[in-house]
Amino acid sequence: MGKVIVVTSGKGGVGKTTSTAALGAALAQGGAKVVVVDFDVGLRNLDLVMGAERRVVYDLVNVIQGDAKLTQALIRDKRLQTLYLLPASQTRDKDNLTAEGVEKVITALRKNFDWVICDSPAGIERGATLAMRHADVAIVVTNPEVSSVRDSDRIIGLLDSKTLKAERGEQMEKHLLLTRYDANRAERGDMLKVDDVLEILSIPLLGIIPESMDVLRASNVGAPVTLSDDRSPPALAYFDAARRLNGETIPVAVPGEKRGFFGKFFGRKAA
Amino acid sequence: MPRTSFEAKNGCDTSRRHRPGHQINQLLTILGLHRNNRKLTKMTNVLTQARPIRLKGRSFLALVLTPELPFEDWVVRLDDLAARSAGFFLRRPIVLDVEGLAIDRTQLREMVEMLASRNVRIMGIEGARPSWLDSAMPPALTDGRPASDIEPPAAKADPAPPEDETADEAVPAPIEHATHAVRAAPSLMVTQPVRSGQSIIFPEGDVTIVGSVASGSEVVAGGSIHVYGTLRGRALAGTMGNAEARIFCRKLEAELIAIDGFYKTAEDMEPALRGRAVQIWLEGDKIVTGTLG
Repeated sequence: MGKVIVVTSGKGGVGKTTSTAALGAALAQGGAKVVVVDFDVGLRNLDLVMGAERRVVYDLVNVIQGDAKLTQALIRDKRLQTLYLLPASQTRDKDNLTAEGVEKVITALRKNFDWVICDSPAGIERGATLAMRHADVAIVVTNPEVSSVRDSDRIIGLLDSKTLKAERGEQMEKHLLLTRYDANRAERGDMLKVDDVLEILSIPLLGIIPESMDVLRASNVGAPVTLSDDRSPPALAYFDAARRLNGETIPVAVPGEKRGFFGKFFGRKAA
Repeated sequence: MPRTSFEAKNGCDTSRRHRPGHQINQLLTILGLHRNNRKLTKMTNVLTQARPIRLKGRSFLALVLTPELPFEDWVVRLDDLAARSAGFFLRRPIVLDVEGLAIDRTQLREMVEMLASRNVRIMGIEGARPSWLDSAMPPALTDGRPASDIEPPAAKADPAPPEDETADEAVPAPIEHATHAVRAAPSLMVTQPVRSGQSIIFPEGDVTIVGSVASGSEVVAGGSIHVYGTLRGRALAGTMGNAEARIFCRKLEAELIAIDGFYKTAEDMEPALRGRAVQIWLEGDKIVTGTLG
């Protein structure tokens, strides 16, 4: 039985799709069977970032409406044998997603994969709430700036109310992934510091991904950043995050800070 | 037929005939007509520096009459009751509950009129279709919370037929019976942070939050608000008319605070207090803040 992760944020453009692809590839490189599911119906991007845009035949909406079987819609990655993609539709929109249909798809995927990573669309409406509904683990992607933090707070509130776990009275495991972190701007005060973000959001930190041109290059080439350039700083940070998802405890290193100041490695976890 | 060239140009409805001596009034009225879709409006001065109108909440205990069909028979029983305690209905505002009754608009109107002729003043109607309640009828009431039934006063010489007093009919009683045992003031305890977009609404008493209140969320309490964390959102205390309510927090970063209708936005709070542990209370109609410890 696999674990379902939802990668969500509230705010758009913070790095959900990038992180979904990077984490999926990182987990698959560790040997697990992973499927990444694009829930952004009508504005799909996960297939571009995965480099599979020319092989899409059937999509999530086709499967929900019964036009295709799940196995026909899943696209296997050319580079990693255990990584699959379930793309979204580009021609339809979120109204075509039904709660029962999504439930059937997720249940079927859970049976066959170790990790089901759902790439949520931005916003708090139907697409986002359906993506988070069946999740066991939530990764809240946030940029260290005020509007992203407030929107992430809103989405955390929704994770605690609009998911199956919340309705059953259980606590959803939530992790914070801080993306596009620029150490220089944080020093100058243009960006929020890590501690400020943690204090406001109060959920455990999964990792800090530094701002980098490698991410843009990777998506242009059509590969997750952990596949295209696995020695780059963001890729290394994503690999660490994947290891933490697997249960390892690794101290979080704030990008740009000098190593060797042991004091800075403490107190990075939950507020 | 247009009377002035202005009217002619703007095609106003001139079925009202103005007296010749009121030419100026007519022009002013026409200006109103022109700007507002031909509906007659009065040009009033808008107070630019208005004191905001305070809307207070207050709860009253109402007596609810639940009529039964056939209405004439029920009215006879009501008369009987009124005869035994003369003048009771005169001083009380009564609410009429017609939920589930198979009546129509005309019958409802007749009911209200029949009761009015008996000096039973209906102040509101529960359970009626909104379309039946025009301006001539009492207003609609919703969301009533049940209170204890009100017992009838001890009957006079004749033993009043008890089988007539159904539980549904609210019967007159001395007021002392209505206020029963003293209840401890309720309070709400919230042990998780209040996330952006969430509203905590508790008109019955105090609210205590062990955690922070995020920007974009609100806490609305009838009593005081205690935040053991950072208050970043809105806090509205004393909303049921309680001017004694206070707001306490470990760190003040609030967007808006209000006590009993008087409010202050972040703009107007003293900058020296931001980020400090404060308590906020009301002195007269001014909001006063002070640091805690």
